[in-house]
Amino acid sequence: MARTIVIDPVTRIEGHAKITLHLDDDGHLVDSRFHVVEYRGFETFCEGRPFTEMAGITARICGICPVSHLLAAAKTGDKLLAVAIPPAAVKLRRLLNLAQITQSHALSFFHLSSPDFLLGWESDPARRNIFGLMAADPELARAGIRLRQFGQQILELLGGRKIHLAWAVPGGVRSPLSLEARDWILARLPEAQATIRLALELHKRQLDGPLQQEQRLFGSFPSLFMGLVTPAGLWEHLEGQLRFRASDGRIVADGLREDDYASFLAEAVEPWSYLKFPYYRPLGYPDGLYRVGPLARLNVCDRIGSPWADRELTEFRQRSGQVAISSFAYHHARLVEIVACLEAIATLVEDPQLMSGRVRSHASLNRNEAVGVSEAPRGTLFHHYRVDDDGLLTKVNLIIATGQNNLAMNRTVHQIARAYIPDPVPAGVEIPEALLNRLEAGIRCFDPCLSCSTHAAGQMPLAISLVAADGRVLAERCRG
Amino acid sequence: MSVVTLQVDGRDVAVPAGSTLLQAIRAAGLSVPTLCDLEGLEPVGACRLCLVELEGSQRLLPACASEASEGQVIRTDTAQLQGYRRMAVELFFAEGNHVCAFCVANGTCELQDVAVAVGMDHSRFPYQYPQRSVDASHPRFSLDHNRCILCTRCVRVCDQIEGAHVWDVAERGSDCRIVAGLDQPWGEVDACTSCGKCVDVCPTGALFAKEDTTAEKHPHPERAGQLRRAREQRQWIS
Repeated sequence: MARTIVIDPVTRIEGHAKITLHLDDDGHLVDSRFHVVEYRGFETFCEGRPFTEMAGITARICGICPVSHLLAAAKTGDKLLAVAIPPAAVKLRRLLNLAQITQSHALSFFHLSSPDFLLGWESDPARRNIFGLMAADPELARAGIRLRQFGQQILELLGGRKIHLAWAVPGGVRSPLSLEARDWILARLPEAQATIRLALELHKRQLDGPLQQEQRLFGSFPSLFMGLVTPAGLWEHLEGQLRFRASDGRIVADGLREDDYASFLAEAVEPWSYLKFPYYRPLGYPDGLYRVGPLARLNVCDRIGSPWADRELTEFRQRSGQVAISSFAYHHARLVEIVACLEAIATLVEDPQLMSGRVRSHASLNRNEAVGVSEAPRGTLFHHYRVDDDGLLTKVNLIIATGQNNLAMNRTVHQIARAYIPDPVPAGVEIPEALLNRLEAGIRCFDPCLSCSTHAAGQMPLAISLVAADGRVLAERCRG
Repeated sequence: MSVVTLQVDGRDVAVPAGSTLLQAIRAAGLSVPTLCDLEGLEPVGACRLCLVELEGSQRLLPACASEASEGQVIRTDTAQLQGYRRMAVELFFAEGNHVCAFCVANGTCELQDVAVAVGMDHSRFPYQYPQRSVDASHPRFSLDHNRCILCTRCVRVCDQIEGAHVWDVAERGSDCRIVAGLDQPWGEVDACTSCGKCVDVCPTGALFAKEDTTAEKHPHPERAGQLRRAREQRQWIS
């Protein structure tokens, strides 16, 4: 029933969600909830393991962004060893993360979200996926798939495999980049740049045309934004410090260190979802709602620091505001970030330091507690470990990007539901498929790990319930 | 040197008297899976993977710990033996906590290789998920009891090659485990010379160097045999 969390034994990993819409006595919508009904328990079963295993273990959390966990775990491991990793290793890790962000963003835009934009919200759900896109625009689909392949291939060139690589380790990385790999990247860069140019032109045309309403209604609300920036305030994805910016452009907090995350972040728990609700501690729960990810990263930085990406950022801000508040702008932000990644990759692979010298520092355990951070494609990711004197984990806390967007995803769902379902809801109402799809798309703006199984497999397993004030379920639609 | 002749899977083979059935099988150009057996260490017949059929006997014999005799007719690859071997490997997986995905020995693990060799694609036995600990008290090495299959290679190499006898086997049944010293944390055992031979010969990721992360273990099981040969043949003395 709508007020009961049901754990489906089939749902072991990301991709299973439930939305409930709550009505008052008169049939008016009073609340909407996005439930995550899966439980994985990584934080608990990692306890007792050596911290050196964490990169390998946590990379298994996600098949789409294993690199983000790998890097956060390796960085936390660096701190437990209390070593400065070699400069080449820093750059190699950066290259890895840039490739990861590129491939994940390409997946989100081309495979998962563009079928909605290009084929239409009301189009046949059976064809509203990457295969439908292949049929409708084979060149675009091919370009998008090859852009993702470009990122994935760099991961393999560096780490030996595309998924669940364990190449970053406490102290650095396992192996340098080969000359052949560098040449491959250089050879494929122009094609990747051409694809993202095409995607940006296409998306801007859509934003100017058929997607104007979505920009207003898909999670458009003021909030805080959090992300890493360099000491100079530039866009950052692996090092630097954290910054909070408010919708009015004010920098609320700056120069925050990940080690102090507990002083500015806290996590609330709701009985109806396994996903925690992190919030900005000084503002309390739920007022401390903040967003992370591509939109937040573009909002918190002063500029990106490379010419093409900065031009795109300027245009992004002209379109969506100096601080973009619509969650629909996540899609555009993803494309701008791909530009930033490709420019940064081009600079890195020409850097002679990338190809030379040591790539791993060696040390034994020197600290008992550390926090590491990385910018995953979906947003800021924290790993916090406490270990005993032998290096065995006694406490693990992982704050995942999707979790940090949880409050915002709920609010987005509510905003879309309010806009698209009748008010009041007449008795015996059928929820139209188009609403189901728009609610899905609202969640998909954030590219949560839950969407790993959305369009790529055809449909997002999703259940929507319309709940009356007395708890009765008025209508239900299920998928997946 | 006297010789015994026997038949292995229809092949006639002659081996020096005193050879084991496992040596006879290999001399015949055949192989059986093994885990506890290792050249250079005394056999114990712990893993039961090398069980073979002896014509005229109801009992299955562990080839590593059975002496070859004149006129024996041995079968190494019958349907019954294949079934038992697969079952034995399934039980190894079911009774411990073997997670290849992030194990230090992934890719170089003998248990993993044996599982592939016997065609184990899943375990028919329920996983026991025992609560086992990791001993990381040694400054250079760790022992993860979750991955230990009690082959006792570490016990034997430390006793028979290094001469330190740090390791022993304690408890019984499902509580059976390897212990260091007088059941102390490994790092507190003065007898340990930190030579790393136990890590070299461990067939799984149970014993590993502390810095090794996923799939980074480089075992050297051949070293036990090299050291034994060098010592017996006085290779280091001119």
